[in-house]
Order: sequence, then structure tokens, then C-alpha cells
Amino acid sequence: MAITEERPEILELESGDTSFSTGAFARPTNASGWRAWFFTVDHKKIGIMYGAVAMFWFLWGGVEALLIRAQLFTPNGTVLTAEQYNQIFTMHGTTMVFLVIMPLAAAFANYIVPLQIGARDVAFPRMNALGLWLFVFGGIFLNLSWFLGGGPDGGWFAYAPNTGVTFSPGAGMDFYALGLQIAGIASLVGAINLIVTVLNMRAPGMTMLRMPVFTWMILVVQFLLLFALPVITVALILLSFDRTFDANFFNVAMGADPLLWQHLFWIFGHPEVYILILPSFGIVSETLPVFSRKPLFGYSVIVISGAAIGFMGWGVWAHHMFVSGLGPVGVAAFSATTMFIAVPTGVKILNWIATMWGGNLRFTVPMMFSISLVSMFTIGGLSGVMHSVAPADTQQTDTYFIVAHFHYVLFGGALMGLFAGMYYWWPKAFGYKLSESLGKWHFWILLVGFNMTFGPMHIVGLQGMARRHSRYGPEDGFDFWNAVVTIGAFVILIGMIVFAVNIVRSWLGYKAGTIPQEPADPWDARTIEWAIPCPTPEHNFDYVPVITDIDDFWHKKYQPDENGKLRKIADGNEIAQKGDQSPHLPSPSYWPIVLAAGLPLIALGLIYNLWVSGIGLVLLLGAMFGWSLEPATDPNAGHDDHGDDHDPDTNAPDGDEGGDAEVAEEAPVG
Amino acid sequence: MADIDEIDTSNLAYGRTEWDDHHHLPTNTGLTNEKVTMWAFLGSDCLLFGALISTYLLLRNRVGPATSGPTAADLFDIPFTSVSSFVLLMSSLTMVLAVTSIQRAEMDRCKLWLLTTAALGSIFIAGQVYEFTSFYREGLGFTTNISSSAFYTLTGFHGVHVSLGIVMLVTMWVLVSGGQIGPERAETIEIIGLYWHFVDIVWIVIFAVVYLIP
Repeated sequence: MAITEERPEILELESGDTSFSTGAFARPTNASGWRAWFFTVDHKKIGIMYGAVAMFWFLWGGVEALLIRAQLFTPNGTVLTAEQYNQIFTMHGTTMVFLVIMPLAAAFANYIVPLQIGARDVAFPRMNALGLWLFVFGGIFLNLSWFLGGGPDGGWFAYAPNTGVTFSPGAGMDFYALGLQIAGIASLVGAINLIVTVLNMRAPGMTMLRMPVFTWMILVVQFLLLFALPVITVALILLSFDRTFDANFFNVAMGADPLLWQHLFWIFGHPEVYILILPSFGIVSETLPVFSRKPLFGYSVIVISGAAIGFMGWGVWAHHMFVSGLGPVGVAAFSATTMFIAVPTGVKILNWIATMWGGNLRFTVPMMFSISLVSMFTIGGLSGVMHSVAPADTQQTDTYFIVAHFHYVLFGGALMGLFAGMYYWWPKAFGYKLSESLGKWHFWILLVGFNMTFGPMHIVGLQGMARRHSRYGPEDGFDFWNAVVTIGAFVILIGMIVFAVNIVRSWLGYKAGTIPQEPADPWDARTIEWAIPCPTPEHNFDYVPVITDIDDFWHKKYQPDENGKLRKIADGNEIAQKGDQSPHLPSPSYWPIVLAAGLPLIALGLIYNLWVSGIGLVLLLGAMFGWSLEPATDPNAGHDDHGDDHDPDTNAPDGDEGGDAEVAEEAPVG
Repeated sequence: MADIDEIDTSNLAYGRTEWDDHHHLPTNTGLTNEKVTMWAFLGSDCLLFGALISTYLLLRNRVGPATSGPTAADLFDIPFTSVSSFVLLMSSLTMVLAVTSIQRAEMDRCKLWLLTTAALGSIFIAGQVYEFTSFYREGLGFTTNISSSAFYTLTGFHGVHVSLGIVMLVTMWVLVSGGQIGPERAETIEIIGLYWHFVDIVWIVIFAVVYLIP
């Protein structure tokens, strides 16, 4: 396919009529202070904000977890009432899934993916900001319920008809249904944006099979989001219509089938599991080769198995419903598909082990978190395969064994990988490394606390302790292990306090000058985000990098000599770009945050008073109007720095022929 | 993967092609970002309608102890809906004509066909409003029974999609009339056409599955 079409700037009006394209209102300038963050469209700032807000919700979700554990510390706990317990465990799950792990993955996706593919930003910078603010307002909206009559109490899976007005008369489930709707729109906007970015904006020479594995996994996740979110959207719409407009979708008296909700929820919910874990798989696929000083074992196999998980993830949802009376054929079919999906996951585990095998391992903090993902996720994966055996699953359903399983994959898997990513990319984002010694304390305390918390749940689960119950009796014999679990949960808290101390101390040390600023390539890494300075300059790349290989940056540093032995031929910090160019960037904008603010108002109005919805709608439409009249790049923003005082080619050791040849060569493949 | 020997090792730094602000880079797929965006969105929308249609098929004949009133299927006026479906399908033809004419820089024709498409879509929406009100008069409200909730939700969502399409078409007509969109931006019309055709195709499915299958 010949590349003939141009890549226009986003939503920019190319009519040349400046009186029209200037926009209806003044636009923010690149000011400092809070404005620089609230109105930014820079994918790096947006990524950092995703991470910061997600860590705030992580704190809050952790408090909820500790409340649960305080309640279950002794038999017949009295910390919470049954109603409060229902609300707390519902919001613990909802918060951790939708407000912590998904946005943390979005933080890395936003920050790292454009850098790994050699792009200056995502395809639609303002849509990116819109996604961030929708997520922020969705999270606030969801948690407003605590102050307006109590949180949602139907579990994060919200099974009908428990969530109907009859059984959940408070407004909590309304906040759940509408809040997740807002967060869902945020994810959908982000997913489309990243898909377009990865498919369309790769640097010359970066074919799909030269893309870093992290970018690959993020691409798979965005496709999963693209197709899974509309299904939960429909389920939540049905629930909202039932609660707000007295529709009958889950009204059993009218002949409703509660299984409809379960199917819709889990058709979304199982791809969601892979949405949560695949970003972390991508992160460790970056860190393990770097810290093993070996290429990733079986790059294409890892990529293909990641894509295979993405496809097969659609065919296993009913294993969440084995006890709902699917019938033997359905149960057998979903048992088989569930066993099959363990294969590509196992392939990845073996590839990571083979990557480390015989490598020159460096036990840095990101490496330790990566190894703990491989080992802890394997435990969770093994208990997961046990669930594919339907008779065993029937025994284990709704017990703490299930709770243990999904915490091993989500905490031991997804979160460990995300922590690895934080320590690994921290210098790229902020210019300095987090303390390695405090990081090791963080890691070991967290690992011990994690296993203390979730390991014993396997035991009490198999002994029959049911989940979602606010109490157990002294005669049940669960007290010893529950005490251990609660102590473990507080050990996790200590680990996270160490992490917080690490962040603050490293930042203060960097400010005071005792912690050095890192050069471009502090880890001797493999991918091109390390070929630009730390912290990343505002414009990312001075020049479009031309890619000739998988792990391109590594091959620029290491080449085999005449005997075939690998020799270091260049220092990464010296060959990296200097970050001294100042290209024209997308301009900041008020409209994403204004548009995003309209949606929670509309949702509040649906619960309380439609006039509030009207205000929200005005805000929404006004922002759409302002947005569409405003060009993506301010025509008045300074172009002066593009004078003749520097010629970019003088910084480039080669002419342009290489680049053009690469485009032509790559075109049929890409 | 490039052969090791082919790599020019004298050229180690990243920096060969200038970022050029004024000359846009070609995309990897050869499609513009906007077009890929619309395709991705339509893919997502397929699942939205898929879930809504499945819900309707599951619930349309369900009865419980409290069920009363007619089902939606009892009240269908197939000839009437066939006519409005035909109108909607014809609007796809006029949409194609609008895209073709702007690609040929025939702006007056483009305006005519944009307006015709919007008008045909409006006739379809008017038909839906008429259908809903007559159903309501015959005793089928949104909350009457489970099939009515499912029917109004499914067809209502499609109606909202068509209405948004009409808004986009009228906006395009205004912009083309005002000269802000010329032949060089024919792709904008083409992308809205993609959306319009999608909405039509979804209606074919809804009409066949919901109205015609007994």
C-alpha cells in the first residue's frame, strides 16, 4: 500500500480562514502552576496525572480493604454493620478495578507508548485530556455516594435483581451505574485514541513486529476495551433505566431473567480481567530483558500469545457462572475454553523464565518486582486453572479461595508489574531514580504482607468460608487464619508507607541536589524511549528516530564483532538525542475539562433533579461548540524559534536518504 | 528484521529526519487518523447494538406473574415500518451522492444531497415518533411490560443515533455553505457518511430481527 495521504493535525480547520479558526474564546497559554496541568494536552502530563489520581484512589481503596480486614479480624466483628460492610466491599472492588489498576495502566500507556513508537504525542491530544478528566470526575462522582446516603452495596459485579430499587433502595447503585458509565466513556475515548496512535503514528521503520512488547500489549488492551466497554454500557443502561425510569429489565415479576445481567456483565468482565493484567505483562516484558541483559526470549511468540489471549478472552466468560445452571453443554464448553486460555499465558511465563535463564541478572527494584510478578501470578494462574474444572469450581464458588485467586493475579500480577514499571520509568518521567534501598524495603515488606494476606485465604476458602459475609462465628474455626490475614493487610500498609516515604525523600533529595539527575539511559535499556533525555523534553524527540530492529536502541549500542561476540560500540547516553529542539506542539485547551465536567452534572440530575441535568447539558454542548471551533494548534503560538539560527540537519550525522528509504521499505508491511 | 550487516554503524545517533511542522507525516496505515477513529468507533458501536438486540430477543416474549398488556410484536405495523425503512435506505444512496459530489468539487450538488440525506433521515425519525405515540395510545408504555422496555430501548437508541447523524449532516451543510469546508476536506463528509451507512445497516438488522422474525 502506497502512503499517499497526509496526516492532518487533529480537528484543525484547514480553511485558512483565521477569523473562523481562532476559536470563540481565548485559549490558555503554556502557563506555569496549576493551569499548566489542568488545561494541558501533553500526553506526558496527562499520564502523570492519571498515575497520581489513581494512587489517591489506591490509598482510599486500601483504607476500604483495611476496614474489611478489621471487621474480620475476630469472629463476630463489630467494626462495621452488615450494611456498611456491603458498601465497603462493593466500593473496594469497584475502586481497585476501575479507579486504580485501569487508570494506572492508562498512565503508563499515555506516557510510554508515544515515546516507544517515536511519536510526538498521541493522535488526538485534546481527546486524551478529555479521557483523563472524565476518569477524574467519574471517580469523584462514584465516591460522592458516601456523602449522599451511602455507597453502592451490590458488589462490584452488581448482580440483578439485588441492585434493583426493591433490594437496594438507596441511591448508591445509581451512583455505581452512572459513575461507571462516565469512567467507561473515559476508557473508550482513551482506547480509540491509543489505537489510532499505535496504528498510524509509528516512526519510520517501526513495523508492527518491531514494536516494543509493552506497546503491543497496550494495543491489545485497547482493542479489548473498545469491544468490551459497550457491553457493560448496555448493562448499566438497563440497570439505570430500571432504577430511574421504572423499566422492567430485571423485574422478575414481569418475567425477567437475572442471568441477563450476569451474561452482559461477564462478557465485559472477563475481557476486563485481561485489560487489567496485560499492561503489566507488557511492562515485565520490557524490564526482564533489560535487567537480564538478554533479548526477550521469543519476541514474536510473546506478542502472538498476547494477541491470542485477547481473542480467547472473549470465549470464557461463563466460567464465572458455573453454578448459575448453564446446563452440562455450556459448562463443558466453557471449561474447555478456560483450560485453553491458560496455554498462551503459560507460554509467556516460560518465555520470561527463558529470558532470565543464563542472563547477567541485575537485581534492581524493578527487576525484583518483575520477578515477583512472574512467580506470584503463576500461583494465581494455577488456582485459576483449577476453576476451569467445573466440579471443583462449584465447591470453591463464593468462597475465599476465589478471593485468594483473583488477588494473586491482580495484586501479585497486575500491581507488582505496575510497581516494576513505576521504578523503571520513574527517571524517564521525573529525571531521578527512586531510592533503591528504600525500594527494596518496599518490595520485601509488600511481598511478605501480600502472601500473609492472600495465602491463608486459600485455606479458609477451601474450609468453606464464604466471601461477602460480614461475620463468621467462633465455632467456624476460621479465627486463626483470619487474624493472620488481617495482620498481613497491615503489613501491606507498612510497605506502602515505605513507598510513599521513598517518593517524598527521593523528590526532596533531587530538589536538594543529593540525588543526581539521571542521563538519558540510566538502565542501559533497549527501547527508544531511552534515546531521549531524562526527564522527557516537552516535545519528546528532536528528530524522528528511524527504526531498523527490534530493541533498536540496544542495537545502536551493541554490535557483534568479527568473531560474533557482542561488543559495546557506543554509550547510550552519548548517542541519545539532546532534547534541544523546540518544535511546534499542540496548544493547551480549556474544553476537555469543561466538557468532562458536564457529564457528572447530567448524572447527578438523573438521580436528584433534571434541572441539574440541564445545566450539565448546557456545559456539555457549550464545550463541544468551543472545542470544534478551536484549532488543535494555536495559530498565534510562537513559531519564532524556528528561525535560521540552527539547522536541524547539522545535528544529524546522516542525510535524509536513510529515512526515506525506510519509509518505502516499510510501507507494504505496515 | 534488518540484517546486522546492513546497519550502518557509523551512524549511531537518533536523528536523521527533521520533524517538520508544516508538512505532515504520512500515517503507517495510509488512512488518516480521523478515518481510523471512525472505524474503531463503529466497531465499538457494533457491540452496543449487539448487546441491545440480544437483550430484546431474550426478553420479547417473556412473561411473569405481573405481566399485562400487549407485547411490541403484537402492535407492529409492518407495511408502515417497511416504508420508513425504505426511506432510510434511500438516504444511504443520497449520502453516497453527497460524498461523490464533494470529491468532484461540485459544491452545490453536495449541499443538495447533504440536505436531502438529512431530510430523509428526519422522515424516518418522524415515522418512529409516530410509531411510538401510536403504540403508546394502544396501551404499550415504556414500563408496561418487559418486551416494551426492551423494544423502546433498542429502537430508541437507534433513533438517537440517526438524530445525531442528522445534526452532523446539517452542520456539514452549514459549513459547506459557508465555505469552511471545501473539496480539500471531502474526507470529513466521507467519514460522516461511514457513520450514516453504519446506522442504516444496523437498522436493516433491527428491522429484520425485531420486526420480521415472528
